[in-house]
Amino acid sequence: MSVFTLTNHRRSYKEKAIVTLLVVASVISIVTTIGILFSILFQAIEFFQLKSFWTFVTGTEWYVSKQESVFGSVPIFAGTFMITAIALSVAIPVGLGNAIYMSEYAGSNVRKVLKPLLEILAGIPTVVYGFFAALTVAPAVVDLFAGFDITATYNSALACGIVMGVMIIPVISSLSDDVLRAVPSAQRNASYALGMTHSETIRNIVLPAATPGIISASLLGFSKAIGETMIVVMAAGLRPNLTWNPLEDMTTVTVRIVDSLVGDHAFDSPQTLSAFALGLILFVITLALNMVSVMQIRKFKAKYRINTL
Amino acid sequence: MKLNGDTSQFKIVAENLNLHYGDNHALKAVDLAINEREITALIGPSGCGKSTFLRCLNRMNDLIDEVQIQGRVIVDGKNIYDKDVDEVAVRKRVGMVFQQPNPFPKSIFENITYAPLKHKLVKKGTEAESLVESSLKSAGLWSEVKDKLHSPGTSLSGGQQQRLCIARTIAVKPTVILMDEPTSALDPISTGVIEDLMMQLREKFTIVIVTHNMQQAARISDATAYFHLGELVETGTTEDLFANPKEKLTQDYIRGRFG
Amino acid sequence: MSNNPFYDPSLKHRHRSAYMLKLLSRLSILFTLGFLLFFLFDMVRTALPATWQAYVQVEVSYSERAKKFTRTAVPKEYRKVVSRAWLRNIPRQMEEDPGLLGTTQLLWVLADDQVDQYLKGHYHNLKEKEIAFIERLKTENTIKLDWNGVFFNNGDSKIPEYAGIRSAIVGSVLTMLVTMAIAFPIGVMTAVYLEEFAKDNAFTHFIEVNINNLAAIPSILFGLLGLSVFINLFGLPRSTPLVGGMTLALMTLPIIIVSARAALRSVPASIRQAGYGLGLTKLDIVKDHVVPIAMPGILTGSIIGLAQAIGETAPLIIIGMIAFIPDTPQSIVEAATVLPAQVFTWAGMPERAYVEKTAAGIIVILVILISLNATAIYLRKKYETKW
Repeated sequence: MSVFTLTNHRRSYKEKAIVTLLVVASVISIVTTIGILFSILFQAIEFFQLKSFWTFVTGTEWYVSKQESVFGSVPIFAGTFMITAIALSVAIPVGLGNAIYMSEYAGSNVRKVLKPLLEILAGIPTVVYGFFAALTVAPAVVDLFAGFDITATYNSALACGIVMGVMIIPVISSLSDDVLRAVPSAQRNASYALGMTHSETIRNIVLPAATPGIISASLLGFSKAIGETMIVVMAAGLRPNLTWNPLEDMTTVTVRIVDSLVGDHAFDSPQTLSAFALGLILFVITLALNMVSVMQIRKFKAKYRINTL
Repeated sequence: MKLNGDTSQFKIVAENLNLHYGDNHALKAVDLAINEREITALIGPSGCGKSTFLRCLNRMNDLIDEVQIQGRVIVDGKNIYDKDVDEVAVRKRVGMVFQQPNPFPKSIFENITYAPLKHKLVKKGTEAESLVESSLKSAGLWSEVKDKLHSPGTSLSGGQQQRLCIARTIAVKPTVILMDEPTSALDPISTGVIEDLMMQLREKFTIVIVTHNMQQAARISDATAYFHLGELVETGTTEDLFANPKEKLTQDYIRGRFG
Repeated sequence: MSNNPFYDPSLKHRHRSAYMLKLLSRLSILFTLGFLLFFLFDMVRTALPATWQAYVQVEVSYSERAKKFTRTAVPKEYRKVVSRAWLRNIPRQMEEDPGLLGTTQLLWVLADDQVDQYLKGHYHNLKEKEIAFIERLKTENTIKLDWNGVFFNNGDSKIPEYAGIRSAIVGSVLTMLVTMAIAFPIGVMTAVYLEEFAKDNAFTHFIEVNINNLAAIPSILFGLLGLSVFINLFGLPRSTPLVGGMTLALMTLPIIIVSARAALRSVPASIRQAGYGLGLTKLDIVKDHVVPIAMPGILTGSIIGLAQAIGETAPLIIIGMIAFIPDTPQSIVEAATVLPAQVFTWAGMPERAYVEKTAAGIIVILVILISLNATAIYLRKKYETKW
């Protein structure tokens, strides 16, 4: 017995130390999430001690001045959701169309070319999209509507939303493509064998089967859109503006966060702290979207017993 | 094996059928005639091309990239690889049942009505309902599922699922049913039920079955064809082929299996 | 048709509707590729003029007076033509080379940004008199557009013709060094723990869910973390590669963990069993066999994570890395800016000359990103092993 324990003793001691180190490394990701939550939460609480929570949630006016500041976040969230809605109405159909083309129609050679191209699109930094939105797309929107005698501003929600939509296309198309390809070929073959055409098979068998995955992809796109910062900082407005007109300028949660933190305000001024109150809501929304998205994917995987993805 | 003379009495005739997967010559000049309202079994070691041949009969191989097919497959007097034949229409007349039961994740009812509604064989309502009933009865499943037609097809047992797939195929009113190892994923009892069903179906349909279970071929089929490395080695009535195989390869295969 | 038992008239209609779906999906691909193409074309077109810069040949007199009033170093009519930034540099030139004093030299010097924009045919605010003067210089061949070395040699400047990208590149490099120094080891260790050692229990599951959530948190919130924890709580210096790198490291972590796990998972079980068969401990097997085999995959994932971190801007704005940085930072605790932040700053400048610089900065970023991704693809191809 002693022969076996002697050498193993020191070994297992070292092994334990290293495994402990690995556990500590793993815990860092948890610490980060908690760190983000608390760093936002504490300042947000501080903000709500200074300003009414009720006004923040229901108020339709947001202005900051030396004398008096009012923080009603409704116009800010309205702007965020308007731009997000425009972005998603570009990204979901186009992203899904891309995914259908890639998974159903493109041959393997075409796929080999298309995939890296979509990856390039996915890799473009958002600051670049922002510059493109402000330099090219926004003036184009103004010119286009001027042709119909309609006035659009140079930082319209529409221009922002379109560019943001393009940014989200790869998010939706790549996940949807994976999901569509994961639909078991037995399902497709069953449909073909019944004398169904390719498109009938796609519409009636493949797409319904992949629906949870497509929902998941869209939620992820949604989450990306409301958290996106650079495009809106560079191309959207600063002015909280409660309107239905996408040709007007609107501001978003992320724009307000950046704006209130880059100025020269005291760290404990309501102006600065309002950034954290907005950040808290952004955190909660994106987390909830991600949870639902993960649940949808899990549902899809369980239904068809898929281990990949 | 060459086909001689008039072949018009046969339901299906394959003539000089060659198939390549890229560089792989998977079917080599296969000639085979299949009788109407009989069960023809395709047997042979795995990789012999029997499933590939089966999938040529309803043009399922068209779905795979890099497949090239030469030769003719004549069903009801018409070469299904002719330019004026739509492969979708071929599959409507030549149905197929697969190895793994693959009901759609829809209700039992919808599993059956999905294709007939698309083909406009029936209208929604009573027509569709009576089609569901008759199809399920033909597949011997009606009594087991008549009270739960709207529960998902995937909730059935494996054997029931396979009979649902058969019912779904029958509902399109094909004249030929292809079966690709339909019982290999099932337990012995379910296998027995499906074999009995096939014996009944043979009165209305021409059935071609791929099986690696020789007892099954011997039990249910009228004719048997033995494939080896992409070639059709021997064909004949099941009785003949199992009793006096003419070719050495066939003898080895049958004896080897029977031990 | 009567002899064709497979003739089905209803199929015509069904195939037509099939064609619509194919057409729509093809249109969406064309839209996406068209956008990408147009975008790249637009950026290159906008950036191209930044390749050249206007220079003018002028008599520079290094007099005692020019030390104090640098404008007097050039003839009066040149004062609006020569770059103010270059003139400001005269005293330093004279300090470095005392022999210059009292001499007059005919030099090619940097021209003012308005002159530059005029020569490139862009918007400018030159007066007619100045335009006439430039036209005269053109006929005398003493004004030209030449390779814009300034862009790569200088840091940021409030004077457009003098602004360059060097300090941003160095800032990006320093920041990325910090990011990878933190994210790579922690990410790989987490992946090794989760794949090789962790038991299938609630704690492990919690870590996994957490990593997934971390990947979905908007980047700007990491900036809030950096601001309130690293800067306000730990008191680390604002606007520095240290804080920026730490913040980006936390963002990059999930990408590295996920790809490293996938790489570890693809190492076949037979390798581990062979190790056990030789009486090695689990740690030895993982350290000496599993991780080295998985390394190309881990590196590929890390490069992709790095590429994403390089382009990240929002969290760095929050921690103040958009400061005006004319000089190249020497260490990770000096204020610095990074490439995308520099692009952001230039994009907000009112002078027309910054537009082409912004686009040029973007091209620099894209070239870096595409080469990183190409490296990742190359690595993946080269070490791709099918087990």
